Amino acid sequence: MKLRSWRFYAVCVALILAIVYILPTVKPGLWPYKTINLGLDLQGGMHLVLDVEVEKALESTMERRTYELRDQMRRERIRFTSVRRLPDGSIGVRLAEASDADIFTAFHRKEFPDMDVRRHTVDEGLEFRFTIPAEEKNHITKMATEQALETIRNRIDEFGVNEPDIRIQGDRRIIIQLPGIEEPERAKQLIGQTALLEFKIVEDSHDVQDALKGSMPPGTEILYEIRRDASGQETGRVPYLVNRRSVLTGSSLTDARVQVDSQFNEPYVSISFDRQGARQFERITGENIHRRMAIVLDNNIYSAPVIQDRISGGNARITGSFTMEDARDLAIVLRAGALPAPVKIIEERTVGPTLGAESIRKGLISMLVGGGLVLLFMAVYYKGAGLVANCALVLNILFIGAALAAFGATLTLPGIAGMVLTLGMAVDANVLIFERIREELRLGRSPMAAIHAGFDRATLTILDANVTTLIAALVLFQFGSGPVKGFAVTLCLGVLSSMFTALVMVRLVFDIIYGGQNNKVTQLSI
Amino acid sequence: MQIIKPGTNIDFIGKRKAALILSAAMILFSIISLIIHKGPRYGVDFAGGTQILVAFQESVDMGQVYTALDQAGLGNATVQESREGNNFLLQIRTIQTFDADSGVLGEIPRRLHETTGLFAEILSIDMVGPQVSKDLRSQALYALFYALLFITVYISGRFEMKWMLSAAVAGVFVSIVYLFPQITENFFRISLPIPLLILTALILSLIVFWKLGLAYALGAGIALLHDVIITVGLFSVLDIEFNLPIIAAILTIMGYSLNDTIIVFDRVRENLASRGKKTFAAILNKSINETLSRTLITSGTTLLVLIALFVLGGGIIHDFSRALLIGVVVGTYSSIFIACPILLFLHKKQGI
Repeated sequence: MKLRSWRFYAVCVALILAIVYILPTVKPGLWPYKTINLGLDLQGGMHLVLDVEVEKALESTMERRTYELRDQMRRERIRFTSVRRLPDGSIGVRLAEASDADIFTAFHRKEFPDMDVRRHTVDEGLEFRFTIPAEEKNHITKMATEQALETIRNRIDEFGVNEPDIRIQGDRRIIIQLPGIEEPERAKQLIGQTALLEFKIVEDSHDVQDALKGSMPPGTEILYEIRRDASGQETGRVPYLVNRRSVLTGSSLTDARVQVDSQFNEPYVSISFDRQGARQFERITGENIHRRMAIVLDNNIYSAPVIQDRISGGNARITGSFTMEDARDLAIVLRAGALPAPVKIIEERTVGPTLGAESIRKGLISMLVGGGLVLLFMAVYYKGAGLVANCALVLNILFIGAALAAFGATLTLPGIAGMVLTLGMAVDANVLIFERIREELRLGRSPMAAIHAGFDRATLTILDANVTTLIAALVLFQFGSGPVKGFAVTLCLGVLSSMFTALVMVRLVFDIIYGGQNNKVTQLSI
Repeated sequence: MQIIKPGTNIDFIGKRKAALILSAAMILFSIISLIIHKGPRYGVDFAGGTQILVAFQESVDMGQVYTALDQAGLGNATVQESREGNNFLLQIRTIQTFDADSGVLGEIPRRLHETTGLFAEILSIDMVGPQVSKDLRSQALYALFYALLFITVYISGRFEMKWMLSAAVAGVFVSIVYLFPQITENFFRISLPIPLLILTALILSLIVFWKLGLAYALGAGIALLHDVIITVGLFSVLDIEFNLPIIAAILTIMGYSLNDTIIVFDRVRENLASRGKKTFAAILNKSINETLSRTLITSGTTLLVLIALFVLGGGIIHDFSRALLIGVVVGTYSSIFIACPILLFLHKKQGI
């Protein structure tokens, strides 16, 4: 019997690799390789799935195009009776003079080449209807999602989370994993906020109370300022009548920082504009002295100070009744920029750190108890051979752990359950072999012949039987997310390693114990 | 040491009628329970909504808890209390979902602390929006269907050497299940109810296996369906919630149950080779008996670790391991009493 068979080398390589990969997990810092990733359900943390409301991005694109059309037509002196949004979402343009139709066609082909235009004859004459083609819609959707991802990543980086994982899923969903997060509610607000900063001039010529009753001048809207007390509780809402069109938005910001007012000891956010924004801000403040400018974030007014003088230099401050923490978060979202479209949290999984630690403890205890019972049974039932199988069983756990670390897979709570389950099922391969050997012995074969026949005949059965579990696990892997995927992974690894240990390792041990004695073995401990 | 004495010859096949009645009764029972309960009781993953797990160090007054929830804007929530070690756990469930800026979820521990005077720790929050829960439901069904189909393909390929045929059948079914909803959606603007689609596909594929004489695939497929229906039915009877991990458990049960079936079938194939004058039923019986001790030992060790998980694994693993416990028992039973008699039945019909 050659000891140095391929099995010997295979087992050596497997063992060395397993030890190399498992060591960092057992003794962190000992080896510069990665430890086993723990899933959010074990280490605590937050998993969010956001839906980017891309319709809103399409909608604001259409809004913008409407303004642009109007402005450019004025500039080109093409006279129109109306440029407005139609109920079906398209932009309808009616020309004052029907004879301008050709000029207009040349104009929109040049200035708005990326829009679909159709001519419709209506009662009042000719109407051009502008829509966004499907291709362009897809592009806007994609851009909006990607930009949202980028913005959210910046916000999370500024907030400070260890190893966040942020990814796009499908067309318009974003998955965010924040391990070990301590203030999940705050993080959620930071992520979910659209953070569209706008400056709007307050319409003082008209009474707010009248407007609330329904008499609103065209082009205006009512927005509210939410007043809060020191603890953050809402104390009241103040309505303002403001111009719908914003004079400046947060896209012109270059920086936003928290500062503390030395006089009132209240935090505020100081913002700086880029050059163009600064120029615009100077012009607007100059034109609107003694009027009020509302600082609007996501349609809520933070404050509406009276413009005392033309403000040059491109700096401004946002005050409002907020806490230090609010101010810090506001500065973060302003620096990171606005989301191109609002996002909605459609799935959230938060696990506190206590529950995670508890899960690990309980998982390990049940693994020890369950595994111990199985080991005991095998040793009693199969004696010597059982002990060999038990070594294989323990090595299985080592192999699964090492493979998890090597592939950078994630261990989850169901994953631990999968490992425990593997302990129970992994004995199957050994049981099949041992039962077969016993059968062969009963048929009167010599021990060595029985071992050979047992392994040979059981091999095919073991392969067949394990493939079905593997199929189920692979389907599960494809379907599952997070914890369930973790289960599928450990189940797969468990099946593979139990086949390896039973067919290669146990066989090798049998060969070593009985093979050297040249068929003189008269009795097997099985 | 031996559990089953060598030469044991229990007449399993002779008891097939009793087994058939038992199984039929169990399946009927399951279906009736599912109808009465209007389908499985979905947990938050499949029903959507929010589930919050809160821990207290001492027991709390439920009246106060409801008051606190009411103040936080969760008036319609249901609360389930349980005890784990020294902790008192509250499982708060509502069909509502909350947006980032609502702040409701942050309110809860504060309100609970105010009304009860005890420190409330949020252990976990699961919030699933309606679109996601719908997606998860259909994904789960697809997963069950694909697992069933692929496993049966493997079986008939392995045992009847009809790889191409069964793979072709599977390919046709996969593409139908994949394409059909898209066609109806895009051309007729009808969205098909996925459960109906999957059920039809399942029944059709079993009929096709039957017509093509893929006996092993049919036997295994029916045994699998049998296991899944009874497990789901027992869950319904025991009023246990259906969540993602339960689907994982059911898929594992499929793999496990098949594992058992294959080992018996393997022996059947081996014994058929040296058949002699034995009847097919006798061969089946012999094969079951020869593999019986292995079946019992493996099921035994698996049950052993599952019981350890069930008792010691903690709340989250509890239902998962319970599903597996049920499934392992049913799966072991079905590979002996369902898969083999079907093989016998088809053998008589088609002379396999």
